Amino acid sequence: MSSKNIKTISNPKLKLEVLTQDDVKKIHEATLQIIEKVGVRFPSKRALEIWAANGADVDYEKKIVRVKPQIIEDAIKKAPPAYKLAARDPQQDLQLDGNHVNLGTDGCGVEILDIHTGEKRTSCLQDVRDIARVADATEEVAFHWVSLSAQDTPAESRGLHELKAVWENSTKHVQTESVYNVEEAKAAIEMAALIVGGRDKLRERPVLSLMQCTAPPLGHDGGSLDAALLAAEVGIPTGFMTMAACATTGPITLAGNLAVGNAEVIAGTALLQLAFPGAPVFYAAAQTASDLRNGSYTGGGPEDFLFGAATNILADFYNIPLSMGAFATGAKEPNWQAGLEGGLSSFMASVAMSDMLLGCGFLHGSRIWSYAEMMMDCEIFSIVHKMMQGIEVNEETLAMDSIAAVGPGGHYLGQKHTRKHMRELFMPQFMDRRPYSEWETKKDDARDWALAKARKTLKEHQPDALDANISKEMERIIKSVEKK
Amino acid sequence: MSEELLKEMAQSIIDGDSDISAELAKKSIELKMHPLDAITNGFVVGVTYIGDQFGKGDAFLPELVMAGEAMKAAIAVLEPELLKLGETREMLGRVVLATVEGDIHEIGKTLVGTMLSASGFEVIDLGVDQSAEKIIGKALEVNANLIGMSALLTTTMVRQREVIEELDKEGLRPRIKVMVGGAPITKDWVDKIKADGYSEDAIGAVKVAKELLGKSDQ
Repeated sequence: MSSKNIKTISNPKLKLEVLTQDDVKKIHEATLQIIEKVGVRFPSKRALEIWAANGADVDYEKKIVRVKPQIIEDAIKKAPPAYKLAARDPQQDLQLDGNHVNLGTDGCGVEILDIHTGEKRTSCLQDVRDIARVADATEEVAFHWVSLSAQDTPAESRGLHELKAVWENSTKHVQTESVYNVEEAKAAIEMAALIVGGRDKLRERPVLSLMQCTAPPLGHDGGSLDAALLAAEVGIPTGFMTMAACATTGPITLAGNLAVGNAEVIAGTALLQLAFPGAPVFYAAAQTASDLRNGSYTGGGPEDFLFGAATNILADFYNIPLSMGAFATGAKEPNWQAGLEGGLSSFMASVAMSDMLLGCGFLHGSRIWSYAEMMMDCEIFSIVHKMMQGIEVNEETLAMDSIAAVGPGGHYLGQKHTRKHMRELFMPQFMDRRPYSEWETKKDDARDWALAKARKTLKEHQPDALDANISKEMERIIKSVEKK
Repeated sequence: MSEELLKEMAQSIIDGDSDISAELAKKSIELKMHPLDAITNGFVVGVTYIGDQFGKGDAFLPELVMAGEAMKAAIAVLEPELLKLGETREMLGRVVLATVEGDIHEIGKTLVGTMLSASGFEVIDLGVDQSAEKIIGKALEVNANLIGMSALLTTTMVRQREVIEELDKEGLRPRIKVMVGGAPITKDWVDKIKADGYSEDAIGAVKVAKELLGKSDQ
């Protein structure tokens, strides 16, 4: 099943298993041991009470819970293996069923390379609107992660202004990582309910999903937990994302880092299942390594690529969908490093069939938005999409008639078989295959064309508008959480 | 004998071995070595060596952190002896560090603390989720020269401005300098809230702290 004007990877022909079933078993056993012996921090009264009521050993002072493996394993089994992310336009609903890779925009950045001037500046609400509109038009982007922080809105309602901005500028599904306290979560649920005609409809049509970051190593944020519990209660898909980084927030070795991240995600997921059995949940990860010289989040590099391919094997083991971080780069401009890191990370996460792929558009460790980078990331996704179709071998594709007709020498340009299949070849938008002399006249490249496409899209694309009454009602909800 | 002991002290820092550095510090007390001699001619030599290696790209962050911790372990043994002698170690400055209110992310801030103390600053780390009142109260209590504040979220980094505004209101600047950090912190933000300095990483934070306190040559 495909969604209207959305390109997703499905029915993959390529396969790569970076972890054997035995490796997965070892990581799983290590994870259970970590949760039982070392414990995971849950700094939320509500979360601690749920754990205590379900037989966990709760240290209320340190807010650390230690849980027997059986409790975790039984809880995880209650999570639904497949469900859909609903869109404002039902024809753009997305399947999280293990057979679709859906690309999202990256999110939570703080600066942007201005689409007109190219200058780097602090992000604002208008940027959230503009990016949503460009992403709405792009077939590669299947859903939105709230791209940038709307820093010109009040801190206490910022996550809500951002959601409204995306819904008003796109009909696609919206996921936010910027709603991490009870007040905003309640308001966000109310806002989502307006779109689908009531809270009770959200379970059937979740037009919003929530991503909560863990606090590695082995911790969660209190506000995030409370927000996640509220969302899970009404059937809004919720995931915990670990970004455990080798050497700083996780062990230096890749297997150890996977185990620590897994313990955070699995413990959080089990909590939601204990509270609301059957609630739609997903695994989320963007593990990385730390740079050994400055301690920074590398966002890219071979370790990240391996994590990208390994994590869906873990998520599959627990039989829940995965949202995987890809396209991260430390590059400061759309350049060799950005292309390399985007290409390899998205390929590795896609070949493992991660259900959600986050996300296109960022530079400098997911801090600076670039429209050119966004468009070029989309092209990378299209290339991976094409590669995942593999090589079809049958009578028609072996082209025996054509080969006989051309014979030794000659060419295939005049063959009907060529004409019939030519549009199956990948046609790039941003790759330079021109004669040298033609390039020499302008010396332009992918970055120029990608930016031009974004500018044109922003100018011309008009998404289906959100009902004005719903907008108004959303405005009222936002106002109600703002400080007087 | 003391020559050899000093060499072992430097080596314990280079190896990042807190057990051995503390052991050697105890040994120096037994041998009646002056604590300042042990620090300056023993342990600090190791810190300087690792710092130089790091600068050349031959040593990595974990080695710097472990050297810092080994140094801390040795100082913890020697400091009471110094006090008994009525002497104190000359520090580059006194820094109060905290992650701002509503924010629980601390690894970057903790790393800054380790780097600052390894470089000769006295560091008072308040931990996470600290209000302006607590941060300023502590800075006044210990007579700090510098406040360092971290935030990971755009919704909590506004708290950095609150602390600065409060300091200004109380007329405490420029007596107390302010440096800020955290993933969302940009130069624009630093200018906007009128912080004295910022760094994107822990190594850079040491340089900024030295500059702000006029100790760049040390």
